[in-house]
Amino acid sequence: MSDPSEIRVCLPPEDATTPWTLSSYQERGGYQAWAEVLRNQTPREEIIETLKASGLRGRGGAGFPTGLKLSFMPRDAQGQKYIVCNSDESEPGTFKDRDILRFNPHQVIEGMALAGYAIGATVGFNYIRGEYYEPWQRFEAALAEARQAGLLGEDLKGSGIAFELHSQRGAGAYICGEETALLESLEGKKGLPRFKPPFPAQVGAFGKPTTINNTETLASIPPIIRNGAEWFSRIGVENSGGTKIYSVSGHVNRPGNYEVPMGIPFRDLLAMAGGVQDGRTLKAVIPGGSSVPVVPGDVIMECTMDYDGLSQVGSALGAGSVIVMDETTCMVEVLERISFFYFAESCGQCTPCREGTGWLYRMIRRIRTGEGTHEDLDRLKSVADRIEGRTICALGDAAAWPVQSFLKHFRHEFEAMIPRKDAA
Amino acid sequence: MTESGNVLPEVIIQKIEAEAGKYPTRRAAVKSALRYAQAEFGWISEDVVKAVAEVLDLERIEVFEVASFYDMFYTRPVGRFPVRVCTNVSCLLRGADDIMNSLCQRLGVEAGETTADGRFTVFPAECLGACGGAPMMAVGDDYHEDLEAGGLDEILERYQ
Repeated sequence: MSDPSEIRVCLPPEDATTPWTLSSYQERGGYQAWAEVLRNQTPREEIIETLKASGLRGRGGAGFPTGLKLSFMPRDAQGQKYIVCNSDESEPGTFKDRDILRFNPHQVIEGMALAGYAIGATVGFNYIRGEYYEPWQRFEAALAEARQAGLLGEDLKGSGIAFELHSQRGAGAYICGEETALLESLEGKKGLPRFKPPFPAQVGAFGKPTTINNTETLASIPPIIRNGAEWFSRIGVENSGGTKIYSVSGHVNRPGNYEVPMGIPFRDLLAMAGGVQDGRTLKAVIPGGSSVPVVPGDVIMECTMDYDGLSQVGSALGAGSVIVMDETTCMVEVLERISFFYFAESCGQCTPCREGTGWLYRMIRRIRTGEGTHEDLDRLKSVADRIEGRTICALGDAAAWPVQSFLKHFRHEFEAMIPRKDAA
Repeated sequence: MTESGNVLPEVIIQKIEAEAGKYPTRRAAVKSALRYAQAEFGWISEDVVKAVAEVLDLERIEVFEVASFYDMFYTRPVGRFPVRVCTNVSCLLRGADDIMNSLCQRLGVEAGETTADGRFTVFPAECLGACGGAPMMAVGDDYHEDLEAGGLDEILERYQ
């Protein structure tokens, strides 16, 4: 049952029976924007300006304005350029791109075609996380349909415009969601993030200028081109245009993806997900995937779910991955699990991250097993502070932020696990 | 073995060539090549590394470092159906520990071990991106969501 406040832009209508097929996508206006570009040879600037005006910001976590990002490309320069879709969805708590790929793959294809055209790229790659077998199959089937229909390939509809698109499967590595690690992986290497600059817009995939966008971002583009920038920006709030898919998981009655206007009060989102499981009390929420700072329940209940709203409470929208924790949750156990994740997934390139994530994990584990000391609490903070901002990519920050925020808001739970020296 | 001594069957070499044709470099096809080879042999042995390196004109280390970097490639023999149980936060909050313990108990293995009949190897996994269906696990390519310990046998029976 569709909730009245749900507005589906990237997810297909709930009543569509096979929404992943070309015919279903076309019935709801799919490929109209692409067909118009092929017909009219729309100026590239026009598409970029529309995206800028729409307020669309990157949905992968960083929230960078999409139109601006596309404008960084040397679009009129000669030579091969690429558009890359980041479908390496791996941030714990995030499962929106999986559903976009499974249920609306053609909209990703059309979004990549439009973005590719806007930056002068004739080839695109969609990097799909290796574990997403069913989504990959759906995407491949959609690619075949689109090629068959003359929507991908050379000289499309006699326009002289070419756009070819391939998928590549990952093989299990969280770090490949970082855009330059993804490029390394796309090239057949280990996923080690690159130093920036040069940025991908100068030196990207295979040494060529490249723009990389998240799946949800690219899927947002066709409806924006079709319906106009104003239509999209009006759905959201100031500084956060459009809809957002929130992946709600953890202690709620109805976990799942909810696509709603940006700026929805957390309270309403929680209600859509059926409220806290079994009527228990909300304790805390990680609002944007496991790397973003945790927010205490009473604070987030007064918060809106958008870039500014979450920034005001010291956290971030991230990928819109909302992990809900009720009163029974042991925060030390949760942080231990999160810290193990970043320890396991650190690529090992930068010493502060490679060594620091292990220190963090081992200290938290020590505390959880009753062998910690009060010095450990200060040391945890100190190690986290020394990782943050000192690594090539944001994985180091992602490992530090949970530790800093869990200690800030729930220090008493960590202290309670430390044996008292004077205890008999 | 082919005449050249390459362990990869011709049909896999053709698939690798098709994949390589998508990219400006042959190296970009290495993950696909390893995936095809692993589907054939079950894991990535030194012979497979050598064979993939030959087909893609790479150094063996360039293939092996990829095989060892990514979680989905197995550089040692594993069961016919790798079972990856998500133990990350969203699944943890909804009982992943129970699923893991129950699974290991049913199969008579510890995490990381392979069943005596060679059917399953159980791995604790990082987030597999299906948190809306937590707790969950992947058996081979298939996702199984909203798991309950009581339903595990029925799922496992499908994999012979």
